[in-house]
Amino acid sequence: MTIGYMRAIAERYKSLGYAPYRWFKAEDPPAWQPLAKPLSTARIGMLSTSGAYALGQVAYHYKDDTSFRQIPATTADRDLRFSHLTENYLADPRRDPGCIFPLRTLHTLVAEGFIGRLADKVFSCMGAVYSQRRVREEVAPALLAAFKAQQVDAALLVAM
Amino acid sequence: MCLGSAFDVVESGRPPRATLVDYPLGHSAGKPFDPTDQFGVIRATLHGLETMTQPGEIRVLPNCWDAHEEWRQDAARTRGGDTRQPRDETPQFQHAADREAARSSGALRD
Repeated sequence: MTIGYMRAIAERYKSLGYAPYRWFKAEDPPAWQPLAKPLSTARIGMLSTSGAYALGQVAYHYKDDTSFRQIPATTADRDLRFSHLTENYLADPRRDPGCIFPLRTLHTLVAEGFIGRLADKVFSCMGAVYSQRRVREEVAPALLAAFKAQQVDAALLVAM
Repeated sequence: MCLGSAFDVVESGRPPRATLVDYPLGHSAGKPFDPTDQFGVIRATLHGLETMTQPGEIRVLPNCWDAHEEWRQDAARTRGGDTRQPRDETPQFQHAADREAARSSGALRD
């Protein structure tokens, strides 16, 4: 039995006296594009909502941070950091980034020829922005433009 | 291609295609310190780019977190305190030294 996060979290916040928690519910049918070339020749981009940043970059703040980070794909795991509103989910990622930020795994998949190549930079953002409007109008368009600039054939979104 | 472990949240967003792995939040890309599991999760997910043909298709990976189910009770609780951090508007660096590194690189000016 999978976890009903939406109901459980809404009830938990209600019991604390907060205003009703409104989850995003898509109204439109899913966007769809077939992959235009074999995966083995495709350039793949990546987005993680875990609040990852690289050593030398600025961490996220915890009040609707709509910025995103471009992390060089050559970044070593030891130089990856995380700041996210729900720090309680970061205990393992801070010890082994590979469980939420699969950069090392993607390099292995390139080396094995499963995917063609990885974009030069991978992206991360804060997955806890409470304004749906700001996600739609600020975060999503900025990330879409960044992926287009990379000319990736497909993007992997790893949700936290 | 979307990968997540909060099944109902991902489904509610209606992504073009997605795989779901039934792991505790914070582990969408596989078990910590288990490169074989991480490889399997990401490979199976990317494979969906070639094999999923229906808009909105969602596949559940067969992976199992462990034989115990205790993590589910905590994840599904409907009572208890707020586990989120304060909604502070300053960068929340993981380590104090990260702030110095961000200053040195020029990324942080304060």
